[in-house]
Amino acid sequence: MALVWGARAVKKLCDKCNHPATVHEVEIVKGQKIEKHLCDDHAREEGIAVGEDYKPINELLTNFVKMHSGSAPAHDLVCDNCGMGFSEFRENSLLGCPQCYIAFEAPLSPLLERAQDNGTHHIGKVPQRCGIGERRQEQLLRMRNRLAEAVKSEDFELAARLRDDISQFEGVVE
Amino acid sequence: MTLGRIMTNAGEWLRGAGPRSDVVLSSRVRLARNLAGFPFVSRSSRRQREEILERCRDQIMNGQLAENVLWVGLVECPQVDCQLLVERHLISRQHARANDLARAVAVDTNETFSIMVNEEDHLRIAVLRSGVQLAEAFEQVNRIDNIIEKKLDYAFSKRFGYLTACPTNVGTGMRVSVMLHLPALKLTGEIDKVRRAARDIHLAVRGLFGEGSEAHGDLYQISNQTTLGRSEQEILSEFEHTVVPQIIAYEQQARQALLQQRSVQLDDKIWRAWAILTQARMLGSEEVLTLLSHLRLGVNLGRIQTVDIQTINELFLLSQPAHLQKINGSAMEGAARRQGRAELIRRRLGAAD
Repeated sequence: MALVWGARAVKKLCDKCNHPATVHEVEIVKGQKIEKHLCDDHAREEGIAVGEDYKPINELLTNFVKMHSGSAPAHDLVCDNCGMGFSEFRENSLLGCPQCYIAFEAPLSPLLERAQDNGTHHIGKVPQRCGIGERRQEQLLRMRNRLAEAVKSEDFELAARLRDDISQFEGVVE
Repeated sequence: MTLGRIMTNAGEWLRGAGPRSDVVLSSRVRLARNLAGFPFVSRSSRRQREEILERCRDQIMNGQLAENVLWVGLVECPQVDCQLLVERHLISRQHARANDLARAVAVDTNETFSIMVNEEDHLRIAVLRSGVQLAEAFEQVNRIDNIIEKKLDYAFSKRFGYLTACPTNVGTGMRVSVMLHLPALKLTGEIDKVRRAARDIHLAVRGLFGEGSEAHGDLYQISNQTTLGRSEQEILSEFEHTVVPQIIAYEQQARQALLQQRSVQLDDKIWRAWAILTQARMLGSEEVLTLLSHLRLGVNLGRIQTVDIQTINELFLLSQPAHLQKINGSAMEGAARRQGRAELIRRRLGAAD
């Protein structure tokens, strides 16, 4: 990146129209100093991205997901644990539960690769205690899911039983 | 223990004493974590949210993470206090939004860390340090993570790492950021170049104050976008040894260029800022950020000695709406707020009559 100093911070008009310039570039080509002052529209025309750079990450991802995942499939892919559909994820870019990573693995993988600068697998810290295995995490998630359902349908007997099961399950050290 | 106590201190991250604090205000490292066996926050039932909150609370408050840890339930927290926490960067705007869903934040009273519970992820653990102290910040956040993990199982997969609600955080769950003061790059018109260069290497650049592209007070936050496929050490090292030194060097070059080529214009900006800040009777928040920015540049370049950096850093914070109202002790709107702001600044700069 070659930096040139002394560019003035006065309000300039776009080189190509009378709108205020929002993008200012100074380049040195063969010892000649070339200043460019452009409005958003003309900057975009010149291939200089404006505006959209600064959107929050979530919004970027949402647009990104929409752009790259094509049209919604006729049968929406659904996470069998939490019931979230892939189309819903495309709307707000939030997954429903850890199990979604497995349920949506096929459409999610290429998205992740692009959003994560070609990263596909985790490298780095792993829980010190090694936590609980992935199978047990899934089982626990499903039990909690059934519990939430039971509470919702006011089946308190079943809920109490499930709660006992969960505490017992959690108490068992692998 | 109330929020009032943290409000009167500047907080560790604004001490203005860390390495390279002439350009880098602070460093921040945050980890996103979720408990195993629960849906992510947005899909949890009320009951599950409460259970998650209770479990996290037990472990955070009993984990001896710091000498004094303050737990703030945000459902019952007054809006002005929530806003205060946002202004101090202890919680996100999203976390402050009024609703009755169980959520909280734990902060140590020196404000070196904040742990948001039930924001987008079950846990968002963040450590703030002044100046460039990324390795130190990571060490502390890692230690807190280890303590919490002693009792709570995290959602983790071998392939994807720490599982997060938004896949942009999956893997390490780590977001590293630095808050930069770049007034000279702004004045010389080079800031957009830096923004584009940063974006090309997958870094996000945002204004610290203001929404969207606005960067009031020339304060910028730069953070990593990639969390999967690179280790914590790699991400940190790139930031600490490549990205940050480079931006500091650009800003320093720009400052020197201003000094050598346009010192009169530079001094004019600095002394105008001083004049307005010490004399004005009404001040708007954006105007203040711009003036403080010029004043800060003047102090760092040794052009003005009538004020120190820490006072300026504090004023960036204290002149924000919620802080003003807390200091004032009552709600203030419009003209009254601008008047209160001008008065506070005159007093802090030793110019009150």
